[in-house]
Amino acid sequence: MANNLTKLRRQITNYFFTGLAAGLSILVVGTLVAIFAYLVLKGAGALNWAFLTQTPKPVGETGGGMANAFVGSVMILAIASLIGVPVGVGAGIYLAEYGRNRLGQLVRFTADVLNGVPSIVIGLVAYGLVVIPQRHFSAFAAGLALAIMMIPTVTRSTEQMLLLVPQSVREAAFGLGIPQWRTTVSITLPSAASGIITGVMLAFARVAGETAPLLFTAFGNQFWNFSMGQPIAALPLQIFTYAISPFDEWHRQAWAGALVLVILIVGTTTVLRFVFLRRTLGEAR
Amino acid sequence: MTTAVEVRDLKAWFGKTEALHGINISVEAKHATAIIGPSGCGKSTFIRCLNRMHETNPEAKAEGTVQVAGADIYRMDAVEVRRRVGMVFQKPNPFPTMTIYDNVAAGLKLNGTRNRKTLDEVVERSLQQAALWDEVKDVLKKKSGASLSGGQQQRLCIARALAVRPEVLLMDEPASALDPISTAKIEDLIFDLKKKLTIVIVTHNMQQASRVAEFTGFFLMGDLIEFNKTEKIFTNPSDERTEDYITGRFG
Amino acid sequence: MGALREPHIHDRASAGHAFGPARKNMASPESSKITLVNPTRAASAWRGSFINLDSGFKSLVMLAAFVVLGIVGLILAELMQRSALAWQKFGIHFFFGSEWDPVSGTFGALPFIFGTLVSSLIALVIAVPLAIAVGVFVTEMCPRVLRKPISYATELLAAIPSVIYGLWAIFVLVPLLRVYVEPSLTKYLSWTGVFTGPAYGIGMLAAGTVLAIMIIPIISSITREVLTVVPQHQREAALALGATRWEMIRLAVLRNARAGILGAIILGLGRALGETMAVTMVIGNTPQIAKSLLAPGYTMASVIANEFAEATGDLYLSALLEIGLALFIVTIIVNTLAGLMVWTVTRGTPVRAHGQ
Repeated sequence: MANNLTKLRRQITNYFFTGLAAGLSILVVGTLVAIFAYLVLKGAGALNWAFLTQTPKPVGETGGGMANAFVGSVMILAIASLIGVPVGVGAGIYLAEYGRNRLGQLVRFTADVLNGVPSIVIGLVAYGLVVIPQRHFSAFAAGLALAIMMIPTVTRSTEQMLLLVPQSVREAAFGLGIPQWRTTVSITLPSAASGIITGVMLAFARVAGETAPLLFTAFGNQFWNFSMGQPIAALPLQIFTYAISPFDEWHRQAWAGALVLVILIVGTTTVLRFVFLRRTLGEAR
Repeated sequence: MTTAVEVRDLKAWFGKTEALHGINISVEAKHATAIIGPSGCGKSTFIRCLNRMHETNPEAKAEGTVQVAGADIYRMDAVEVRRRVGMVFQKPNPFPTMTIYDNVAAGLKLNGTRNRKTLDEVVERSLQQAALWDEVKDVLKKKSGASLSGGQQQRLCIARALAVRPEVLLMDEPASALDPISTAKIEDLIFDLKKKLTIVIVTHNMQQASRVAEFTGFFLMGDLIEFNKTEKIFTNPSDERTEDYITGRFG
Repeated sequence: MGALREPHIHDRASAGHAFGPARKNMASPESSKITLVNPTRAASAWRGSFINLDSGFKSLVMLAAFVVLGIVGLILAELMQRSALAWQKFGIHFFFGSEWDPVSGTFGALPFIFGTLVSSLIALVIAVPLAIAVGVFVTEMCPRVLRKPISYATELLAAIPSVIYGLWAIFVLVPLLRVYVEPSLTKYLSWTGVFTGPAYGIGMLAAGTVLAIMIIPIISSITREVLTVVPQHQREAALALGATRWEMIRLAVLRNARAGILGAIILGLGRALGETMAVTMVIGNTPQIAKSLLAPGYTMASVIANEFAEATGDLYLSALLEIGLALFIVTIIVNTLAGLMVWTVTRGTPVRAHGQ
């Protein structure tokens, strides 16, 4: 039935596709390596103490840094977390403990929808809700936009972590006469705490790199700003502004800023995944 | 009396655990041989070594000689071995995204058969051999393999295995997931099939072994304890352990 | 004989109320004579305040859940309200007009729709084979030791922020395209009609390429998930017929996971549609509909990013917001569709929030 030519063809096909899959995988991994290599190469050169501690110098002058952007990012992220984490964790608790119903399904679906909304659209909404009434750009508007982006991720991961806590733990608590709310707060939540914190930090790392929502909320600032009443600098925003500018000096600094941003984000994500991997069962990512 | 499968000193491992401790057996051609034994005795591992499915488990290893019609299968291309030694599994596993026709033809197409007429013929013949033709002949290309009942699915899997004309058919507890009527149909099938090819059937149902197989091998904890004509094994076993198992004292 | 029934927990929803007043067995007249101490009764006095706390807590988390719902509602309301002006002025023709001239007040969104679609399509054409290849390789082919490193490396691509992709694209990808790739394309493939014109580097091809790199992780990770879910007995069925490994993958794995892979691709599309920064930095920001892939273009997200800050006049702003609304609706539809397809395959296995 099967002649030798067919057998040969099948073997060659087998090797070919295996090789193809391997080759394309190498290409993908290689691209990642290339990007990282470039970041380190270009960024390390411009990274110095001045970069980390000074504000931008006027156009044309060399030197200066992105210190105000670092601080601005911290402020914005702090606001985002203050708004986003309670809402996200709260919604996650609702879904896990009370949400086995239609409302829960709706909230879950909505959270997924929200997750997929382009970040620029969220920036637009924050602009309309905060910047227009306040008549100025601010860290608060930016924080709100990022909070909206954090919420779906935090909600879903909180729910999943809480669902991992076995039902028998809750029932043991009920059996002892502990009310539901107390069970959740004192028993279920602490059990899931490390997972929830990891989820929050992953969401945090994700929004830390977002630029689009900051375009019309933070707007950017070349100087220090610690108040809520003015535009504020942020690291990703500064990188963007510098990257599209025509000045070589700013390009250099953009690379340095990019290197810092990547180290922070990827570093956080890696550490979290590594630490988290040890703690949970089955999660292979 | 010719030997279809000659096994000499077959050992098999799962990682560090030795599951088979050196099996020696001669399987008679064009007859049915049953492999019986309690759970965990190694019977599934054994027949999976006969078509080199055992090694698809990344931690598995096998050593020894297994000859099918004189050729050592561990020196051959595994792909070729599996075409010549077919297998039917405990749980029916038809391809759910394919029609009944495509399921049966799957093995043929792999081997390069493209001719529509040939495929049609082989599909019909295989389904007839599996006693499924009459039930599905009108919906061959309309129904998917998974839309049939459990018993029908298993017969479909048998037809699929038969389509590539294996010399030996391995059956790993083929009826254990089925109802009594389907089981009876499959046993009838085996009666017909063994006229044309060699069958090795693993079963934990001793009545089934005595119904369909001329020869029976009793496995216990990775060893072949006794191998003989089925009649002898069940009426006058030589080994005390065989007798214990037959009479239900354990397993 | 009457007996006090122990409070029984039937399901989690009622668990909080399991300790209400104990129920006596009404059928027995003797029960009133028996004064058994009901432990929960004695405690219910001070537990009463806890009942309030119970419903208070539930209300609190429910509020958080409603906030999630409210946010989406708010987004929709904001977008609709502020785009109303442009909608009134141009109607549905807004999406078919190919002229975008803020000076004269003509706003047609077709160039951006075109740009979004074409750049996303290029991205898919490049990303899908690569992502599926990685998925298949990691799940079915590669040695176990390599599995985690390769899949981790692929996921790492997802962690890089968009603006950094843009930065890299401007200074590495674009020169590469301009100097090597595009001249070759125009030289050998201009007969196709899509590789013509000067090699700027910046343009649709650059945007599509950087988008491709960005969506590979999500397509590949979901592909991996749906491939892993294919039962082992299907693989064994194919192997037992005498299939080579590639044939087994083709017959038993890829075929079974078809729907899920399609879902993964659509999810990648959803991500590509809304991507802003990297695209803005390399697409050329020219509102035109050109045949050549080498030409500069504009996407819906990019025009908003670029022109919003400088938009003067209510109509201009409203037009941009209408584009935002369209983007919002389209991504919702695409993502929902994709999610459904993936769900039908993985059914039950939670699809984890992927690093987007």
